[in-house]
Amino acid sequence: MKAIGIILAGGKNHGLGPLSEKRAVGAMPVAGSYRAIDFCLSNMANSKVQKVGVFTQYNSGSLNSHLSSSKWWDFGRKQGGLFVFTPSITADNGFWYRGTADSIYQNLDFLKSSHEPYVIIASADCVYKLDYNKVLDYHIEKKADITVVCKDMPKGTNLERYGTVKMNEECRIEGFEEKPLVAKSNTISCGIYIVRRHQLIDMVEKAAKEERYDFVRDILIRYKDMKHIYGYKIKDYWSNIGTVEDYYRTNMDFLKPETRDYFFKQLPEVYSKVADLPPAKFNTGARVKNSLVASGCIINGTVENSVVFREAYIGNNCVIKNSIILNDVYIGDNSHIENCIVESRGTMRAGSEYIGDDGIRVVVERNDRYIL
Amino acid sequence: MVKKEMIAMLLAGGQGSRLGILTSKMAKPAVAFGGKYRIIDFPLSNCINSGVDTVGVLTQYQPLRLNTHIGIGIPWDLDRNIGGVTVLPPYEKVENTEWYTGTANAILQNIAYMESYNPDYVLILSGDHIYKMDYEVMLDFHKKNNADVTIAVMPVPWEEANRFGIMVTDENRRIVEFQEKPAKPASNLASMGIYIFTWKKLKEALLANKDQPNLDFGMHVIPYCREKDYPLYAYEFNGYWKDVGTLNSYWQANMELVDLVPEFNLYEEYWKIYTNSRATPPQYLSPESEIEKSIVAGGCEIYGKIYNSVIGCGVKIGKNTVIRDSIIMDDVEIGEDCILNKAIVAERAKIGDRVELGVFEEAENETNPNIYNSGICTIGEDSIIPDDVKIGKNVCIGGETTAEDYAGGILPSGKTLIKAGE
Repeated sequence: MKAIGIILAGGKNHGLGPLSEKRAVGAMPVAGSYRAIDFCLSNMANSKVQKVGVFTQYNSGSLNSHLSSSKWWDFGRKQGGLFVFTPSITADNGFWYRGTADSIYQNLDFLKSSHEPYVIIASADCVYKLDYNKVLDYHIEKKADITVVCKDMPKGTNLERYGTVKMNEECRIEGFEEKPLVAKSNTISCGIYIVRRHQLIDMVEKAAKEERYDFVRDILIRYKDMKHIYGYKIKDYWSNIGTVEDYYRTNMDFLKPETRDYFFKQLPEVYSKVADLPPAKFNTGARVKNSLVASGCIINGTVENSVVFREAYIGNNCVIKNSIILNDVYIGDNSHIENCIVESRGTMRAGSEYIGDDGIRVVVERNDRYIL
Repeated sequence: MVKKEMIAMLLAGGQGSRLGILTSKMAKPAVAFGGKYRIIDFPLSNCINSGVDTVGVLTQYQPLRLNTHIGIGIPWDLDRNIGGVTVLPPYEKVENTEWYTGTANAILQNIAYMESYNPDYVLILSGDHIYKMDYEVMLDFHKKNNADVTIAVMPVPWEEANRFGIMVTDENRRIVEFQEKPAKPASNLASMGIYIFTWKKLKEALLANKDQPNLDFGMHVIPYCREKDYPLYAYEFNGYWKDVGTLNSYWQANMELVDLVPEFNLYEEYWKIYTNSRATPPQYLSPESEIEKSIVAGGCEIYGKIYNSVIGCGVKIGKNTVIRDSIIMDDVEIGEDCILNKAIVAERAKIGDRVELGVFEEAENETNPNIYNSGICTIGEDSIIPDDVKIGKNVCIGGETTAEDYAGGILPSGKTLIKAGE
């Protein structure tokens, strides 16, 4: 592979509300046994990218512990490997990352010391499968300066939190709007870019000199008429988990057979840190319908149309419907949970009742366990 | 100089012929257990949890699956700069090239491996038991008694004592007599096949007996140590320990895992069991599925009904299929409208639609009545079973079978159906 990878995983995400209080969005659990960043990292590994840098800042501890070993994504190599960059104070810098471009600038040595001619930039908060080689071939064929991976969203989607692009018939990007209230196009940027490494170094250095720190606003939009910026459209599954609603919907998508088939049965695989958990256990009284249940769970009650993450305990006579139960949650007997996302490591007393009447309710319960 | 206080030698070369077709293409320690594990995971996890980070695994019979499973030992944290796991197959020598002819002979042929770690103690394990044990506690016992050999023992019911190697001890647990399958046992402490030797004495005993054919620990080395009056001690173990050497005991040990609070608990944080597991997705249970009293590993797609069963990774079970009291291993596919009762279906087998397993009156197996004798219907790995057949009890099936192999769509109890071919 002629490119190195950069995964931007540093930003604080407001859309996830209480769920982002203790973790970076890249560390959000997705689809029962994965973390959001696994999808991007697996894409990098499966595209044979040898060297990947992950830029973290907000709640970086959650990501660092997930990335504590690079072997799960096959990055434990002598050549290249996985590098995690958190902001640090140096002789000539004392700032946090002030934006995406700034995070690249502060780690410019990572780019300068590489020899691969191209850079793939991606974000950690999207669920998709993509062979970056195809995007790179396209990038080279188009003689592009920057290639942006784009997707047509269904009509009527709220595009307020995306960047929308307008392409001409040759797929050159002519218009780029960041988070428009009224979108002129339903084609959005997926936040995945390919740039020539030297080009990126030049642009980032120049932006830093002008005290500009954002990759989209200060590089993509500013350079769009000067440089050849092309869009590469993807048609397959792609979803951003940046809001509670999108996070809920993305998880629920995995209850559909075609989504599971696409991610889990078709090659290449999605990799994640192996957790050494026993198989899920279903005791007498368990009634599980149309649900995903991950390893290490113990189920005694009713679970319907839900995603239950690793090591959850569901007590006797519980009813869990249309909900997402995150890792290591303990739900006491006779509880009733509907339309909720239950934050990980929560402990619910017996007889708890949580129902999201209008929309999805995020439940954070911090009772003591084992002395219930 | 490299120095390890204790290293382990894990005997994993045996066939385990009493597991029938389950061990036709893999050694017994590689046989799947408890949904996602293999039998060897238990001693390997015990090693790392006990702080033993140097393990030699002796392989001989059908080692491919074991080799791929162990790899460089990553799942057990046994990928070490110094030590870690090493697979030790028999090898050619200038003279006297031979297979491993006995348990102790296998260890004898690997003296150079043990020597290279300069150990004080050597732990001898076998790869065919299900248990959790802290070998460090046993080592403390060994050191405290200034023993040369410590043998782990467990009390067995008196009436069964005649099936085991029995240790008779004095009040300090020093072994005074050793009885191999005695008609009139003088004690009910049975050897578990777990030994700690002081390395110098082990080497001495092995070299002294090196010309003994089929050199075996229970038959030759331990009796030799007893004769020479080495201090031999018995370390009593009272936890869960299960020999899964027969189809019936293998089936039973699996079934015990689905109890409400199983005696052998895999769900404790303390003393985890590690295995070479794929990063599997969660399992999916469809709207029409039913599941009770079962354990199911990652990546399964369940559309049928499962009761009292153990299901491995990546298994697909079709609509209206009912599975009871069965063990289904990794990546098996079972069609729609099937009924499985007390069946063991090995890896990657494919079962068609409307198949019934474990029906009819029980009958003695025609080829191996001493193996297939507990009513279990056993399907070998990579087997194919066509649609619309009924299969009896004490049956063994292996290979790609077609409708022609089932006269009138029936395979009566007690039949063995092995189709050769690649």
